[in-house]
Amino acid sequence: MTGSVAPTAPPAGQGVPSTGARLARVAQRQGALVILVVAVLAATFAFDSFGTRGNLTNIGLQASFLAVVALGMTFVIMTGGIDLSVGSVFALGGVLAAWGAQYGTWAALLVPLLVCGAIGLAQGLIIARGGLPPFIVTLAGLLFARGVLLLISDEGATTYKVPVESAFRTLSQGSLLGIGFPIWLVVIAFVLGGIVLHRTSYGATVLAIGGQEDAADLMGLPVVRTKIIAYVTSGLLAGFGGMLMASYTSSGVTVLGVGMELEAIAAVVLGGTLLTGGAGTVLGTLVGVLLLQVIMNVINQVGSLNSNWQAVVSGTILLVVVTLQQWLAKVQRR
Amino acid sequence: MTDSTQAGRRPDPDAPRSPAEETSSGTGQVREAAAGSADAGGGESGGSGRPPWLRRPRIDADWIRRNGVFVALALLILVNVAITPNFVSEGTLRLQLIQVAPVLIVALGMALVIGTQGIDLSVGAVMALAAALIPLYIGYGAAVAILIALLAGCITGAVAGSLIARVGVQPIVATLGLMVAGRGVANLIGGEIKSIREPGIVMLGSGNVFGIPYVVLIAAVVSLVVWFAVRRTLYGRRLVAIGGNQRAAELAGLPVKRVLVTTYVVCGLLAALAGVLLAARSQASDPTRLGLLIELSAITAVVIGGTPLSGGQVRVAGTIAGALLMQLITATLIFHNIPDSTAQVVQAVIVIAAVYVQLGRRRSGRPGRSGRKASP
Repeated sequence: MTGSVAPTAPPAGQGVPSTGARLARVAQRQGALVILVVAVLAATFAFDSFGTRGNLTNIGLQASFLAVVALGMTFVIMTGGIDLSVGSVFALGGVLAAWGAQYGTWAALLVPLLVCGAIGLAQGLIIARGGLPPFIVTLAGLLFARGVLLLISDEGATTYKVPVESAFRTLSQGSLLGIGFPIWLVVIAFVLGGIVLHRTSYGATVLAIGGQEDAADLMGLPVVRTKIIAYVTSGLLAGFGGMLMASYTSSGVTVLGVGMELEAIAAVVLGGTLLTGGAGTVLGTLVGVLLLQVIMNVINQVGSLNSNWQAVVSGTILLVVVTLQQWLAKVQRR
Repeated sequence: MTDSTQAGRRPDPDAPRSPAEETSSGTGQVREAAAGSADAGGGESGGSGRPPWLRRPRIDADWIRRNGVFVALALLILVNVAITPNFVSEGTLRLQLIQVAPVLIVALGMALVIGTQGIDLSVGAVMALAAALIPLYIGYGAAVAILIALLAGCITGAVAGSLIARVGVQPIVATLGLMVAGRGVANLIGGEIKSIREPGIVMLGSGNVFGIPYVVLIAAVVSLVVWFAVRRTLYGRRLVAIGGNQRAAELAGLPVKRVLVTTYVVCGLLAALAGVLLAARSQASDPTRLGLLIELSAITAVVIGGTPLSGGQVRVAGTIAGALLMQLITATLIFHNIPDSTAQVVQAVIVIAAVYVQLGRRRSGRPGRSGRKASP
């Protein structure tokens, strides 16, 4: 898959973009990648322990849970929507997987996907068919999923454990060629996501809706169906991420996923996807997730730094990147 | 100044527009809303005949749509009077009002921001930041500490407003970044939970004047000021106009950037005030937990109060009723020992239902009529 820029219509009254505009465009889209490469190189030279294979695979593993969630979020944001429920759905998926693991591996795999997919479907229906604002609907979804999670875990008092002999544990704890399964799964998911978004008519419709929903509707594109599929995908992937986490920790931890929706949105935005929808890349989202994870890892390496610096640095980098994106967009228009 | 301009976009073009329908009085069912529900931008008849609060409202679907939150609040109060023991008592009322005050103050700031078609996710972090600053400066006296805390809120708001108005960052992204960074800064400077024992702060949190808690009094004053600003000042007119159509407001020569920055500063200031009040009430500052998820409660209160997320309207009385309704739902569930999990599911359903009712008749088969992006 290539990091090809999604085809967006050039601004009116402009022919072939100048070299400067083209450079600005690449920088705008790949700014996070530049920062990521610089950060990784700097950290490798600064800390002996950063560049080791163990540490790098650790970053990859830790990032894989957020990456899966952010992939679904990318689809939703590209349609011009937003999904605030992913954090709660992630936690719910984890608890359901751990609960299901008592009844066998298939239950652990299928129950979370069914329930989380259903929540995504309900949200998609209300948003696309009912015409309610995504922000509010998924906010309610956040509350709903958290409520269901508390219901099945006796108000958060019960933590389900994945049985020791359960094959479900290998989903996250197994490895192939020395690289953990979650990393492989993320690679596969993002390759598929990239193909769907940039190489299929469904992806083109997603971008068209994000660009101008009314126009897409008038062109006869299946707007409602496309949006519903995007929210279902987001719900499924959030549940899948939670499932990976449950397999990784061998238990259904109820307190996970709080604030995860914001991390996912931050990753998507860092990756150059516009929150208004209609432009962006799946690969950018992956870069955004890795950048957030590298920041976390570097702050941990420094030892003397309080872990709260991670939030400060992440927030600041997010603001700097979006400011740069805006500035570069202005350059393009000149 | 008369309310003759139709600055606000109605969320529902099907709504009838005859002056008789334009009445927006809360019919005095709600104590706080007796001031008359502010529905700036919704337009009001040019004062023909009797004033709006004396006209008999035609109770139809549209009236319900616009005033559903007051109806729901009145119903819930009646239900509680009927089934909850000791509900009608000074103690209960006082406690509920004290509980709702900080959320209400934050929600009023949020209503202004949402009126400009923005959103502010950083309010919870600003609360924590303001509360964390108090123990640091309490040595200089309560007044100085509180002023510094409020100033921090203004500065955060100014940063958000500048990013949004001058750089052109989307409100949701700018305030998200500030939310993450602000909470981190609050944790860095605040550290662990610190208790605040300064007499002035303690009095602010638990003192009364004429039997009314200071916290409630401050919330009431803020409500009045915001209502006045939205309804009766040039700033309020401009805010609503910008929310209705920013491009048009720019072309009309309104100082769009200044109004936007001011609005985010006000929202930050009010969030900081709420943080100070919460810290004063609990006599402690807990930067990790204070104001957590309050942005969601505030947005919910604003939206079920009838302010559309698409901007161009600010319904102050609706926001007050929305905050009271959310508080009373939580309280009712607690009174009857209904667990937290059920409470959250109930809240989710109420939020969806409230927004659905406000959208009025659905124009089926026309996707895109939702007419707005998630990020304003």
